[in-house]
Amino acid sequence: MRDVVFAEAHPLDRIIRSDRMPHIWCPGCGIGIAMRCYAHAILNSEIEEQNQVVVSGIGCSGRVAGYMNIDSYHTTHGRAIPFAVGLKLSNPALNVTVFSGDGDLAAIGGNHLIHGARRNLDLTVICTNNFNYGMTGGQSGPTTPYNARTTTSPYGSPELPFNLVDLLAAAGANFVSRWTVLHVRQVIDDILYAFGKPGFSFIEILSPCPVGFGKSNNFETGIEEMRLYRERCEMGEHMPLSELGIDLRAERPIYIGRFIDRNAPPFKPVHLGPAA
Amino acid sequence: MSETGILTGSHFMNGDHACAEGAIAAGCRLFGGYPITPSTEVAERLARRLPQVGGVFIQMEDEMASIAAVLGASAAGSRAMTATSGPGFSLMMENLGLAIMMELPCLIVNIQRGSPSTGLPTLPGQSDIMQARWGSHGDYRLAAYSPWSPQEIFDLTIHGFNVADRYRIPVLLMADEVVGHMVERVVIPEAAEIPFWDRKRANGKAGETFHPFEPGEDLVPPFAHAGEGYRVHFTGLTHDTRGYPDMSAEMHQQLVRRLVDKVERNSAKLEMSDDYEVEDANILVLSYGSTARSARRAVREARELGIKAGALRLISIWPFPEQAFNALADQMDAFIVAEVNLGQMITEVERRVRTSKPVSGVHHAGGAMLPPGPILEEIKRVAGHA
Repeated sequence: MRDVVFAEAHPLDRIIRSDRMPHIWCPGCGIGIAMRCYAHAILNSEIEEQNQVVVSGIGCSGRVAGYMNIDSYHTTHGRAIPFAVGLKLSNPALNVTVFSGDGDLAAIGGNHLIHGARRNLDLTVICTNNFNYGMTGGQSGPTTPYNARTTTSPYGSPELPFNLVDLLAAAGANFVSRWTVLHVRQVIDDILYAFGKPGFSFIEILSPCPVGFGKSNNFETGIEEMRLYRERCEMGEHMPLSELGIDLRAERPIYIGRFIDRNAPPFKPVHLGPAA
Repeated sequence: MSETGILTGSHFMNGDHACAEGAIAAGCRLFGGYPITPSTEVAERLARRLPQVGGVFIQMEDEMASIAAVLGASAAGSRAMTATSGPGFSLMMENLGLAIMMELPCLIVNIQRGSPSTGLPTLPGQSDIMQARWGSHGDYRLAAYSPWSPQEIFDLTIHGFNVADRYRIPVLLMADEVVGHMVERVVIPEAAEIPFWDRKRANGKAGETFHPFEPGEDLVPPFAHAGEGYRVHFTGLTHDTRGYPDMSAEMHQQLVRRLVDKVERNSAKLEMSDDYEVEDANILVLSYGSTARSARRAVREARELGIKAGALRLISIWPFPEQAFNALADQMDAFIVAEVNLGQMITEVERRVRTSKPVSGVHHAGGAMLPPGPILEEIKRVAGHA
């Protein structure tokens, strides 16, 4: 019989508040995977953990701030980005990451999202996109595909969704990528890259929500949606940005990749006099 | 300008600019705002002044973003503020509650205009008084001050930051358009003479035993800023002393009770008022902000008619100056409340006068300063001189 070795601790224990486990997410949810990628990036980064700060808004993804064992701020619905702006401007040594969901960032916080990108302040925004409002039980949101069923679009959503990659590119972000929770290596790499990238970085992570979105749209389990990602995802870096919209139910590719990587000057406040 | 960037000396400036200079003198180092009449001159002045002292001016995309940026800056250790008027003040109400819940000190300036809705953007009002007290959802207490001159805007801006930091609360400076745009002498003292109350800071060893919301005897928890190594968690959810969410009725009662108590128990220290001709008075005129200037004139004219009127000026509108009012109430036969709204602070006076003594109001919906005339008429009517 081989010797069994028990690890004293998981390497991520120092980054995740294990005393807050178990988390609130449903079986099959992808947010935990995205959070783990973020925790890995912090662990692998050379930035001092003391300077790592996470800000979340409201919703399932908003709970990430409560689980990260770094300075963490769980703010109001939609306002994570402007709160992060204040943190970063007050102490530029901080590496500030906004971790939130598609509804929080692109609907109620949509104005802050585009102005954050336009201003190009040095922030990293991680957006898990599960195509609905999960926390409140599966309502339609700004990324819900046309005609998809949710509790507030019982006859199919009559609205067209945002193509977040195109939106953020147009608004002026320095870095824009999209992956799914299957692409953990790429997600970790991109978060690390965004930490070091001056200006506004936006990483969209498609994430299954079997309870809120899947069950009404023929993805009964998280695994089914993950399987769909594996079959359907294609590198889309050559595609026009306007073609990058997503409809999980349509027979067309889900384009992933790094779409924008540019070096527009990041926001710097004007300083004339001696340092405060 | 001194090395500190403080404009020590005697100046002739409007109330909005005096507010900006008070902020510089108080050590405010971040302003996040959105232009709105009649508060815009505060932002304009700080856009010029903050870069000169190593501070940050940022124009945000709306007022919700403005207050959010201010709270983020506060969490990172800065004195931070915003300035707005009615419509913007309404938009800030949700995050005012976040400031209460996260105990993030900050100063919010409201140069009040004629309201509701878009109302009278360039003209005065005093109709956000109850909103200042009750505007965000839930139970909370805070401090709100109402200056009556550019000099007092300067002084109360500094005092407001000090109170905010000492009690870890948002402080509201509820000026009105008359005072914001009035130009008068403002004397700015030497840097060494400017009072500074620092935040109570976390000074424990960063580690597992530090609870960022464990209050001291004063009910105020020591503040751990972002980046200090405490690995703090702040949330707008009901939370325990670790800052962790706790969805129980017991914890909610404990937390909300403490947040209210930390202000109520210190109410006596937060109250501010002044009085005029009250020694032998039997009719008391209560007012605040620009209206208090008219009230004083009306009292003086009433005295010339032989009426024993006096004035109590509320400098802190929240908390209501309980001590000063109680000290005067017994000797009075009647109370008159003058304010540029259709009846807000008068309800606070009515609920404190538990006798048959009359409480009457001199009200106007806004758009102009309340002149002394109608106040004098009411004093005469109450005194039986009509």
